[in-house]
Amino acid sequence: MIYKMTRRAALAGVASIAMIAAGATSALAEGWKPQKPIEMVIMAGQGGGADRLARLFQSMIQKEGLASMPMLPVNKGGGSGAEALRYLKDNEGDAHKIMATLNSYFTTPLRTDIGVDIEEFTPIARMAVDTFVLWVNADSDIQTMEDWVAAVQASGGSWKMGGTGTGQEDSLLTAMLEKEFGIEVTYVPFDGGGDVAKNLVGGHIDSTVNNPSEQMGFFKAGKSRPIAAFTTERIDAFPDVPTARELGHDIVYSMQRSFVGPKDMPAEAVAYYTEMFSKLNELPEWQAYTEDEALDRDFLTGDALQAYFLEEREKHAAILADMDADGAS
Amino acid sequence: MLVADRVIAIAIMALSAYFMWHATALPIGWNGVTGGPGGGAFPFWLSLVMLLSAAGVLLRSLMQAPSSQHFFDSQMLRSVIAVVVALFVTIALIPVVGAYVAIPLFIFWYIRIYGGHAWVLTTSLVIGTPVFLFFFFEVTLKILLPKGVTEPLFFPLYAMFF
Amino acid sequence: MDTLALLADGFATSLSPLNLMIVILGVTAGLFIGAMPGLGSVNGVAIVLPLTFIVPPSSAIILLCAIYYGAMYGGAISSILLGIPGASTAVATTFDGRPMAQQGKAGLALIAAAVASFIGGTISVVLFTLFAVPLADLALAFGPAEEFALVLMAFTTFVGLGGDDKLKTIIMICLGLVLSTVGLDLISGQPRLIFGDLPGFYSGISFLVLAIGVYGIGEILYTIESSRTAPQVTPAKITLNDLWSGIKTMNRMWRTMSLGSFLGFFVGMLPAAGATPAALMAYGMARSTSKDPKSFGKGNIEGVAAPETANNAASTGSLLPMLTLGIPGSPTTALLLGGMVMWGLMPGPMLFIEQPDFVWGLISSLYTANFAAVAINIALIPLFVWALRMPFTVLCALVMVLCIVGGFAPSQKMHDVWLIAGFGVAGYLLRKADYPLAPLVLALVLGPLMEKSFRQTLISEQGNVLAFVERPLSGTFIAIAALFFVLPLVKYLRKGGRRSIAPAE
Repeated sequence: MIYKMTRRAALAGVASIAMIAAGATSALAEGWKPQKPIEMVIMAGQGGGADRLARLFQSMIQKEGLASMPMLPVNKGGGSGAEALRYLKDNEGDAHKIMATLNSYFTTPLRTDIGVDIEEFTPIARMAVDTFVLWVNADSDIQTMEDWVAAVQASGGSWKMGGTGTGQEDSLLTAMLEKEFGIEVTYVPFDGGGDVAKNLVGGHIDSTVNNPSEQMGFFKAGKSRPIAAFTTERIDAFPDVPTARELGHDIVYSMQRSFVGPKDMPAEAVAYYTEMFSKLNELPEWQAYTEDEALDRDFLTGDALQAYFLEEREKHAAILADMDADGAS
Repeated sequence: MLVADRVIAIAIMALSAYFMWHATALPIGWNGVTGGPGGGAFPFWLSLVMLLSAAGVLLRSLMQAPSSQHFFDSQMLRSVIAVVVALFVTIALIPVVGAYVAIPLFIFWYIRIYGGHAWVLTTSLVIGTPVFLFFFFEVTLKILLPKGVTEPLFFPLYAMFF
Repeated sequence: MDTLALLADGFATSLSPLNLMIVILGVTAGLFIGAMPGLGSVNGVAIVLPLTFIVPPSSAIILLCAIYYGAMYGGAISSILLGIPGASTAVATTFDGRPMAQQGKAGLALIAAAVASFIGGTISVVLFTLFAVPLADLALAFGPAEEFALVLMAFTTFVGLGGDDKLKTIIMICLGLVLSTVGLDLISGQPRLIFGDLPGFYSGISFLVLAIGVYGIGEILYTIESSRTAPQVTPAKITLNDLWSGIKTMNRMWRTMSLGSFLGFFVGMLPAAGATPAALMAYGMARSTSKDPKSFGKGNIEGVAAPETANNAASTGSLLPMLTLGIPGSPTTALLLGGMVMWGLMPGPMLFIEQPDFVWGLISSLYTANFAAVAINIALIPLFVWALRMPFTVLCALVMVLCIVGGFAPSQKMHDVWLIAGFGVAGYLLRKADYPLAPLVLALVLGPLMEKSFRQTLISEQGNVLAFVERPLSGTFIAIAALFFVLPLVKYLRKGGRRSIAPAE
């Protein structure tokens, strides 16, 4: 506590000197500017989808000079992001830390008691929403959702669904499928989406609900087949793949990719980062990337984002409660 | 030597018991629903093997005849303890006063007070090491070291090098 | 030949003056980053990734490969000079590299490491050039059961029977395996063994923390205590003649090195395995096929050459699934993959067809990076050896500072620095009580892979334990593992039989 107060007092004292020094570099927003490198906490380990996306943002920000200080990615993926959430909580009021989130932002505090309330954090910007698609190996006979349900039923519970871990996005979606169709599958967790995709193509699992970006390479090579999309509308990259909703099953699930700051982040800093991300959102490179990877670019900031977070948390709480009620895993 | 062997064996047994207790938070048996062992099974049963093996080491040492060999070299033990204490103090200081104060202090203690080296060598290392660390880790690799209360002093440096 | 024509085109890009300069810069930077305990290729690649937007993609990938290779070479430097493996891939290098340095043969060990790395890198790049596409299918055939069998094989080739005090070895293996389970249980998604509810344990105990602790701090404490009675580390010297004769010595080790290269390449190619099991298996095989297995661990030069060829071959091998399947085998290749995606290249089965310029530019840059790395590394050996000649107290102080900073750098948590100090003291005491430390470190590295693949298999096979032996590939590996486990026992019995009285231990 003493440490924090002295630091803040000293920060104010030296701010003026630093401002003069920082004035030389290009300015984005009038007023507040970061005085030291900005830490970008990533809620996942190195090399995963979330990490790759966060580092993509970092390099775009750096390339276009959107921030006056470098952006330093730090992975704190331990305990499904519990480590990152605790870290952000412990750095209340810090203007130089932002966190790249995924859906474990909702699920981790719900599943384990880590003393974190995400409502306290400062929402900054939602960059994209990732979609989910049901995939099977291209060699299988399954062409439609009905085929798939029939095959799962015929297997008598030994149907292997790959995923990235119990409590992760795809396991929730798998649970939703089980509930909707009254079926039972064997859920096999792997290290990451890429690993799951490889095991599907290698025939070690029977189906999976990967993000399109994770399967795109195999899909283009004709090694995997999309069956249904869990989106509200058809995905542009797969115009022939029906949505689950079209097929009469109301399953819609998505993965948000957003940035948040710690509790009580100074308003000027929030404004600075919001502007930085909105400029990033306009970049042609980012727009091209989202099209290639079938990401839904859906920019959202401020109170609207907070409302979205709280609504999603409600949704996830309901799904998790359902999962626990089933008591399957 | 034998006494130390026994103490370490008992410590390992205590540690194993502690691990086992922690592991029971998750299922340690065969999970019939998902197939395969539960989350606590690996740590629990391995700790048990560790506990039994350590008990074996303890029993074996009880059956051996006492030897006159000493576990520690009594003269050098003091040096080892001094270094360990200095290391712990340094680590404790890093988050408070920052790496750029704690580490030079440690080097000063080690080279000058403990090692008894000349002032020239001591001073050059006390100044040279943090300068190297700053340029290698912070400027080149973009890994920020903890600064504690000294953080504001670094703002002008950041502005200059980043 | 089509392949050769494509490769020639690739060389035309990678040998341009700008690209050559980039290779030299990248290799030198990688070498120093890799030589720093705690830092490895992943740090180097992560840092330069954003910079690669300034140069064209072909030069960018060359820079990344150069750093990747440089760091792989550099990892051996800290293993040999300081006895601290800078990355898990270099653990096996410490077993004989460190004793060699203590005998004053640091220069020779460094040469062996450099030459072996070069041979391993070169053989595997050639394999890569010729067979990249067909081999991708082999990687796909690997499911969890095969992964488990492979890790088990890595374990048994290394540990085997015999050697140190058996009870104490078992204790250390178990301890390593238990420590490896700290953090998150992948299967159930629940945190486990969060000692004292400290958030630092959520991400588990990293290999680096344990290795820097027991090999770095622990070793220094041990040396301080024994510095009064035992002679100090023999000061190492190196002349041009030594360099030359060192390279000639390597000429005798073709068998070990080619074995290491093939093994490294094939194991490295499998997404989940990577360079660490490859290096361990190569070490284990070199030892068990050697005429003088007892000299291993006491400064046998083959014990340096084998793991170094294998880990470099494996790092090339691990590029294969990344390029052909889009699956990164290590955090470093994951970052490389991220880089490629940023340049608009989609790794996967279509990459070789759609982007041949890029693929062959990359392959040719592996050749150049490898040449540059061995040349620069050998040129710098006198500098590294000279660094060992500083007074003991100065070296100790600086290594301790490196341990603190290097332990902090990867995860940027003070929690890890405290753990390093704790492991240092524990490692020192355990070593004094004759507990072997290598099995502890190895168990921590291989443990997570083993547990995960074991449980994945059982889940997907509905609890059928026989699945491991029923599947042809995994069954073969299990059989080899069993063979290696009993091999020392057979040797021991045969020797005992001839002498008619088994020697008492």
